Amino acid sequence: MSIGYIGLNHFLAVSAGLFAIGIYGLLSRRNAISLLMSVELMFNAANIALVAFARFGYHDAQPLAGQAFALFVITIAAAEVAVAIAILLLIYRLRGTVWVDEIDLMRW
Amino acid sequence: MSNSVVYSIAFYVLAVVTLTAGVMTVTLRNIVHAALALITTFFFIAWMYLLLNADLLWVAQLLIYAGAIPVLIVFAIMLTRRSMSDTSNPESSSSGWAALIAAGVFAVLVVVLMPAAWPVGHYPDQLKGTTAIIGAELVNRYAVPFEVVSVLLLVGLIGAVVLARREEQD
Repeated sequence: MSIGYIGLNHFLAVSAGLFAIGIYGLLSRRNAISLLMSVELMFNAANIALVAFARFGYHDAQPLAGQAFALFVITIAAAEVAVAIAILLLIYRLRGTVWVDEIDLMRW
Repeated sequence: MSNSVVYSIAFYVLAVVTLTAGVMTVTLRNIVHAALALITTFFFIAWMYLLLNADLLWVAQLLIYAGAIPVLIVFAIMLTRRSMSDTSNPESSSSGWAALIAAGVFAVLVVVLMPAAWPVGHYPDQLKGTTAIIGAELVNRYAVPFEVVSVLLLVGLIGAVVLARREEQD
């Protein structure tokens, strides 16, 4: 007895939903830290898709390539967060704000 | 395994909780609350990895995404002003457009991804853990990317220190 088979499409739907949520956050927030959190959501959405492909598209010639790729994504996301937060703190020290609509240094 | 009742229920509960926490992350007006919602999202995504038989990624997600990255973000929140107030994370004037664009992206993703004929593999049922396989792959097939990524982490670390360092006054 089953209430429905959970397949690749179910996980892809969650991934697409998280990605759309991330895009909404990226476009609608004013606090730069919130933008950073939205980008992290989108990274995780991509990771869910990668791991789902690794699970449902399993191939013996290249086992779990999706999971290995997701591990690299996690590593690069960690480096990205560290650098992004350093830049944010620097901007905050120079401009006194982290609100993206007040950081108009390069607008003319 | 992936068609048992428990599996289905677990998936739907995890999906609803994850997406709800995600929506809270981008809609809460207090940035500290938004960060807590973000941690919740990452935590439940880890359990979704477990549903996908990815035990190494489950642990990595719990340690790095639910543990380390939120610490950085919370520190960034604490070090910037207006952090604790209820208006620390307001919407910009373009939030209506943002919702429209996000809905459009979601619609396009669903329309493109769902009917696509993805290559279907046969997942070996006797496979209990994936850590050994990924470990072997990382040092054999992916040895070069593995080393490159370690250098990238080091560069990111040094870059963050150099950027955030307070300049000496002279």
